[in-house]
Amino acid sequence: MTAAPALHLSGSAKISDQLIFEDLDLKIAAGEWTCLLGASGVGKSTVLRLFAGLGDGIDLAGEMTGDPNVALMAQDDLLLPWLSALDNVLIGARLRGEVADKTRAHGVLGRVGLAEHAHKRPGELSGGQRQRVALARTLMEDRPVVLLDEPFSALDALTRSQMQELTAELLVGRTVLLVTHDPGEAARLGQTILIMTQDGLSGVDTPSGAIPRPVEAPNVLQTQAELLLRLRNT
Amino acid sequence: MSGWRAGIAATLLALTIWQVVVWTTGVARFILPPPVLVFETIWDDRALLAEHAAITMAEVLIGLALGAVLGFISAIGLASSSSTRALVKPILVFSQSIPVFTLAPILTLWLGFGLWSKITMALIIIYFPVTSSFFDALMRTNKDWIGMAHVMGATPWRIMWRIRVPSALPGFASGLRLAAVYAPIGAIIGEWVGASRGLGYLMLLANGRAKTDLMFAALIVLAILTILLHASVNKLCEKTLDRGFP
Repeated sequence: MTAAPALHLSGSAKISDQLIFEDLDLKIAAGEWTCLLGASGVGKSTVLRLFAGLGDGIDLAGEMTGDPNVALMAQDDLLLPWLSALDNVLIGARLRGEVADKTRAHGVLGRVGLAEHAHKRPGELSGGQRQRVALARTLMEDRPVVLLDEPFSALDALTRSQMQELTAELLVGRTVLLVTHDPGEAARLGQTILIMTQDGLSGVDTPSGAIPRPVEAPNVLQTQAELLLRLRNT
Repeated sequence: MSGWRAGIAATLLALTIWQVVVWTTGVARFILPPPVLVFETIWDDRALLAEHAAITMAEVLIGLALGAVLGFISAIGLASSSSTRALVKPILVFSQSIPVFTLAPILTLWLGFGLWSKITMALIIIYFPVTSSFFDALMRTNKDWIGMAHVMGATPWRIMWRIRVPSALPGFASGLRLAAVYAPIGAIIGEWVGASRGLGYLMLLANGRAKTDLMFAALIVLAILTILLHASVNKLCEKTLDRGFP
C-alpha cells in the first residue's frame, strides 16, 4: 500500500441539471477516519461516487484532489452469489487480470474471522458474515483510500458494533471516508466528524481517544447526543 | 399430490376421456383409434418408431446445441456493444414477424432432404428465445456490481466475462428450457416439408395411408421424447447454470 493521501473536493455538483450540492469545501485528512453525516438527498452519496471515480453523469463545477486507488464498501455487501467467499475476496485481482493470490486471501479471511467459511457461498452465510467477507475483499484490494457507504446500516446492533471495531482495527493508517446516518457510529469512529446540509459543511467537536472508541464512554455518548440534536435541527 | 404423481393422474384422466369418447361415439378406428390400439401399435412397431425417433432426436439435439451456442454468442455480442444493438435488434425483431413455417420449403431447397434442413429449422425456431432471454438477463446485471468492478479497475470485457455472463446464466437456462420444447417442433416441420426419415415423415406417411393408429403412435412417442428432453434440460440447468442463485 502506498502512503495514504489527503482528499479534497470543492465546488458544486449537478445531476441532469438538478443541483445536488453547492459551494462545498470538503477536506479529508490523510490516514484518518472522516465521518460524513447528513439527511438523505443532501449529496453524501454523490461525494462518495466522485471520489470513487464513478462520476459519470455528475456535472462537477469545481476541483477534486482524489486518488485513483480506492476501495469501496457499501451497505449492500455486493458479493457475487455464484462465487465462494474466497473467490469473492479474489474478484478484484481476477477483474484486473492479475494472478489471484490465494494464500493472502485465506490470510485476510482469517483476519476477519472467517477462515472456516472460505469455501461457502454468500447464500450460506449470515448478514454479518457476508459483510465481513466484503471487508476482507476491501482489505485484499489494499488501497490507501477506503470509501465506506453506510456499510453497517443493514446489520443488527450487536453485529454492527463488532463490525465497527473490526473495521477500525483493520483499516488503520488508511484515509477513510465513512458516510453514515448513525450518530453513534460517527461518535465511535470519526477522527473528523462533519455534518452535510444544504448550506454546506459544519464540523463537530470530536471526542478524545483512539478509535474505535468504547460505546459506553461518556464523551462518546455526549457527542452522539449532540450529533442527533444537530441533525434534527437541520 | 404433486410432481410425477399429478402427472400420472393427469395422463390417466386424459386416456379415460379419450376411451370414453371412442366408446360413446362409436367413431371409426381410422378416424380416432382407441388408446389401447395406439399402445399396441407402439409396441408392435417399436423398431420402426425407434428408428425414426432416433433421426428426429438427432436433428433436435444438434439443433439445440447449435442454437444454444449461437444464442449465447449473439446475446453477448448484443449486450457488449450499443451500436451492434442498434443495428441488429431491428433485424432480429423483424425476423420474428416471419412465420418460420414458411421457411421450411426454402430450407429444403437450399440444404436438401437430409438432416441439415431440419437441424436448421430447429435452430431458427429456438435461436430467438435463447438469445432474447439471455440478452435480457445480461442487461439486468446489478448496476452496483458493475460500479464495484469499475472501482477495482476492471476492463469492460472482464466485467462481461466475470460478472455479467455468470449473473445472467439463469436467464440463459430459461431460454434453454423453452428451446427444449420448441426444437422438436422445428424438426417436425422440416420433416413434413421434405424427408424420407423421422417421426414427422412417419406421421405424414401414416396419415396418407389412413394408418391413424401409427400416426397417433408417432405423435405420442414424439410427445414423450419432448417431455423427457425438457425434463433433462431442466435438471441439467438446475445442476449447473442455476447453482448458487437464490
